[in-house]
Amino acid sequence: MYRQTEIINDASQNPSLGGSGETGDLIINVGPQHPATHGVLHLVITLNGETIKKVEPHLGFIHRSIEKMCESLSYRQFIYVTSRMDYLSSHINNHACALCVEKGLQVEIPPRAQVIRVLMDELTRIASHELWWGAMAMDLGAFTPFFHAFRERESINDIMEETCGARLTMNYIVPGGVMQDLHPNFQNKVKAFMQLYKRKIHEYDELVTGNIIFQNRMKNIGYLSPEDAISYGCSGPTARGSGVSCDIRKIYPYEIYDKLEFDEVLETAGDSFARYMIRIREMQQSIRIIEQLIDNIPEGDFQAKTKAVLKLPKGDFYSRVETARGELGVYIVSEGGTTPYRIKFRSPGFSNLSVLDHIARGSKLGDLVAMMGTLDLVIPDIDR
Amino acid sequence: MSKEINHKEPSSIPPSGGWGGYIKDVYRGVKSLLVGMKRTMYYFTHHKEIITQQYPDNRETLDLPDRFKGEVVMPHDEKNEHRCTGCQACELACPNGTIKVITQSVILADGRKKKAIDKLVYHLELCTMCNLCIVACPSDAIVMAQTFEHSVFDRNELTKILNNPGSKIMEGVE
Amino acid sequence: MWSFSHIANEMHEWLSKTFNPTLTLIIEMVIAGVAVIGLFAGLGLVLVIMERKVSAWMQIRLGPNRVGPKGMLQSLADTVKLLVKEGLTPDGADKFLFNLAPFIAMIVAMLLMAPIAFARDFQLWDMNIGVLYVSAVSSIMVISILIAGWSSNNKYSLMGAMRSGAQIVSYELSAGLSVLAIVVLTGSLQVSDIIQSQKDGWWIFKGHIPVIIAFVTFIIAVTAETNRAPFDLAEAESELTAGFHTEYSGMKFALFFLAEYVNVFIVCAIGATLFLGGWMPFHIGNWTDFNHVMDYIPSSIWFFGKTFFLIFVIMWFRWTFPRLRIDQLLNLEWKYLLPISMINLVVVTAMAILKWHF
Repeated sequence: MYRQTEIINDASQNPSLGGSGETGDLIINVGPQHPATHGVLHLVITLNGETIKKVEPHLGFIHRSIEKMCESLSYRQFIYVTSRMDYLSSHINNHACALCVEKGLQVEIPPRAQVIRVLMDELTRIASHELWWGAMAMDLGAFTPFFHAFRERESINDIMEETCGARLTMNYIVPGGVMQDLHPNFQNKVKAFMQLYKRKIHEYDELVTGNIIFQNRMKNIGYLSPEDAISYGCSGPTARGSGVSCDIRKIYPYEIYDKLEFDEVLETAGDSFARYMIRIREMQQSIRIIEQLIDNIPEGDFQAKTKAVLKLPKGDFYSRVETARGELGVYIVSEGGTTPYRIKFRSPGFSNLSVLDHIARGSKLGDLVAMMGTLDLVIPDIDR
Repeated sequence: MSKEINHKEPSSIPPSGGWGGYIKDVYRGVKSLLVGMKRTMYYFTHHKEIITQQYPDNRETLDLPDRFKGEVVMPHDEKNEHRCTGCQACELACPNGTIKVITQSVILADGRKKKAIDKLVYHLELCTMCNLCIVACPSDAIVMAQTFEHSVFDRNELTKILNNPGSKIMEGVE
Repeated sequence: MWSFSHIANEMHEWLSKTFNPTLTLIIEMVIAGVAVIGLFAGLGLVLVIMERKVSAWMQIRLGPNRVGPKGMLQSLADTVKLLVKEGLTPDGADKFLFNLAPFIAMIVAMLLMAPIAFARDFQLWDMNIGVLYVSAVSSIMVISILIAGWSSNNKYSLMGAMRSGAQIVSYELSAGLSVLAIVVLTGSLQVSDIIQSQKDGWWIFKGHIPVIIAFVTFIIAVTAETNRAPFDLAEAESELTAGFHTEYSGMKFALFFLAEYVNVFIVCAIGATLFLGGWMPFHIGNWTDFNHVMDYIPSSIWFFGKTFFLIFVIMWFRWTFPRLRIDQLLNLEWKYLLPISMINLVVVTAMAILKWHF
């Protein structure tokens, strides 16, 4: 009985445990095993009643040293490892690496391969946002949307499975193009998916977006100002929710994004609801991109001719893409050999997580879960 | 869907003005809840929408796409011949040492010595199904099989020798 | 005709003939106790499988379909699993209170069974303050949650318990006020009187809009009182892992689990009694033929049908809505439900005085 109060008081008095030294503070460990963190993230939360005073993320529970692993693999081999960083946009991660290698090799990518890559990128983005939507609703206590989101996501996974041979870690992109040509069923399946999506999309509004409880939980919560978004290095939907234009597809277009018609989705409110709406609207922009491309896949090679053993010239190369979570940067330093001398990944999740303490202070414990949901954290992406 | 939500509206919920606003708040809130309940009721009554696959029961009808990456196998023809020359391209291509090619030299009928495989050892437990070995293989000796039920009780069973005992290389494959 | 009251009377007569009055009373009490425990077990099994099936169908899933015909024995298998699991008491917990809490929850649920009329003339105890008894005893539930949360020596549990305390204390008010609306209309707190007053029509039809508002308020308030989603802040899986019963396992957890479902059943039974006429068949004014047909359906079926309909509605809420935040939860009560039900009570009182209802 007494022990309980002692523990609580001790922690709050001890600054090394996250306490502020005031009595009445409650230190709670959220994670590494916790339903809301969706992975092995450990948050040390200082609470005053229900109000959050401080959030301290502790990382490293799923650190697999991917950067170091990549340094011992050849330029063809290291791409597959990056699928395991942000496993929900694994295709886009592979894309970023391939772009960087191609920059060093100075190869021209055939137009067909470019279109296939972009199509797959956008499908991955939709799949990732679908999963986020379901998990987000589940964080807020609504379980049903999770299964509804998975229905649409499942048809994307089927498309991926048919063309790439895997559902989650596709490893479909190789330096110079894609590994295999599109499956003959690809176009029909994508069209069927888009029809399904358009038929079901109003349910997202009915179940979650329009719901008064949901809106009250999301609006005016977790405000992130544009200045803070920039200074914390946020990217992707997290920053765009604060009105910071940072879509890599628009400002540093790669592949054929500069020839496509799509809007960079921006919201100005900067709260959780804005970040939520960004992703919902981004899915429609992705659908728009797919609609433009699906009937216009150029004929030709799906892979450029490359040497059997790839060697990057001496120098450093940087490429960046827009994943479902934000900007992914790949930085390769080459000494001219078959393996990279150093690889650095600038992962979106890491920077987006850093903002959590800033936006969570002063709000309720229940809101923390909602905010983490809107940051769309994938823990292996943070730790790498 | 974005049409239904007015994005121009300031993100905060406007404070309800007086009694009219209060009643409007209640009305709007209740309506949004009823819309959601209607949707779940639709699915409650429409069991045709259920998409669950009852996996172990539908084993017979389950057809995986031909590109599905389940495990690496080496196809043999009816004469127990494979196409592997023992060139070790797959071993080099593999990022995590899944494949080990153990070669031996055989003496052909005309007296020439030739390199051929003794064993092609495949560690399924290390494989990430990245498909790089299949792409690297110059003679299409290995392919991806569409099996996926790989769980075994003893991990030694996951180390497989891909070439059949007594098999030899197909005529004409160099 | 076969009916619960018939069986009960036969049994009473036989017992009175065979034994002396004191012994008869004791035997009857034992039988009632065993019946309540049996009902508990049965309800637990039925409601768990019902919840799982309802949630599955709403989520485009199949739900349990392996154990027994169409998976109907799944909850039985789960119960066996929970029975043989180790009931762990964490080191540092207040062992006495930790083990006591689930039993308080169960005892409260059992006590609440007393005034419920399951069928025509079939009631454990038709006390003259039936409705008051229910609202008084159901408040004890919060004590078991507070004890469980505090004695677990776990911060999640403590927060869950504190939330639950604030929540149940608040929502008692509007639940009580909406119950009062019917009490005012009936003029009695006795359950049998309330049911008899609905002979010519249930209150939800007779009472115009004010009673419908009272009914809706009641359903929302009891959902909150039983800690069901969207008001499941005491458990709040994504925030507090499992809230007040984080540390419980095995049979002690099962008791909390069972108490939750039995409480849902009880509040729905009260709701059905007050607003939907309890075991009273559906009667329309002077249509004697129609009323006779309705009378043929046994009263117990009427009662359980209405109760399970309300239980379904509460499950429907759970599988549709996201969870509220703690301050919004209290806002909803103090800014919306409480004023509405207070004004509503005034309107109902005026209606009762002026005899505007049918």
